[in-house]
Amino acid sequence: MKAAVIVFPGSNCDRDIALALEQSTGTPTTMVWHQDTDFPELDLIVVPGGFSYGDYLRCGAMAAHSPVMREVKRRVEKGTRVLAVCNGFQIVTEAGLLPGVLMRNRGLKYVCKDVHVRVEDSQSAFTAKYNIGDVLRIPIGHAEGNYFADHETLQMLEAEGRVAFRYCALDGEVTDDANPNGSQRNIAGIFNKSRTVLGMMPHPERLADAKLGGNDGRALFDALVETLA
Amino acid sequence: MLKAKVHITLKSGVLDPQGKAVEHALIGLGFPGVGGVRQGKYIEVDLPEQRDKSKAKSQVEDMCKALLANTVIENYNVEVVD
Repeated sequence: MKAAVIVFPGSNCDRDIALALEQSTGTPTTMVWHQDTDFPELDLIVVPGGFSYGDYLRCGAMAAHSPVMREVKRRVEKGTRVLAVCNGFQIVTEAGLLPGVLMRNRGLKYVCKDVHVRVEDSQSAFTAKYNIGDVLRIPIGHAEGNYFADHETLQMLEAEGRVAFRYCALDGEVTDDANPNGSQRNIAGIFNKSRTVLGMMPHPERLADAKLGGNDGRALFDALVETLA
Repeated sequence: MLKAKVHITLKSGVLDPQGKAVEHALIGLGFPGVGGVRQGKYIEVDLPEQRDKSKAKSQVEDMCKALLANTVIENYNVEVVD
């Protein structure tokens, strides 16, 4: 599987996710600078976490209009998979690749901790190695992760089975107490219509190695390699 | 020279936790009669080459749709002044 990670000024999870990918692919990950639009054919593009362009105007707003994202949009039309994590999720919603927006957390504070999410889909290239109902422990670290979309959009996401992960309690129950940021319907991650783009606030790359305290995120990278290799 | 003054506000019904916090702080400071606070953004755009106010307004409205506002959650209001 040929994978690349986009690097914006202010990205800070780019190397972590490159390492997590390399662990699963066995090959080096290509790093693409935000001004590059001429990069090789890829199976997977990662839009990583961080604070692209210093979160100016709105999180992800500046990055969404950068030259590299115009090329990423073209690649999505051709079917290239895109994994967008945290600030990456904010960027792809601003770019219009996924619906909705990530607003300031309900509690106003930056939240950095491990949370539990329930797997809601096991049919995509990203989630093929999970089972529906699996409960994963994955870290979050964000101040703007409060997923908002209008009622019609939420109904469409549910009807089309496009919610990938929901914040939940340890036993898998989706409760308000388990919702760290106020996201509507406890949404932690969603797909585009063709399930080729996944945006998620939790960081699978941060628990993809048992030495770091857990590896619930590893199956996501393994699934991509198995599906796209 | 024309200047556009752009106010960006959250749509009604969209939760504004920052506005709520400011509201509580004002009440805590003892200001009477504060019924609600909504926080937004104010942006000025200088348009030195534009002479036509209505063209300027529609140009800045396009800027709002493309970048300055996120129309999923925000409204914008453009005022053009000399």
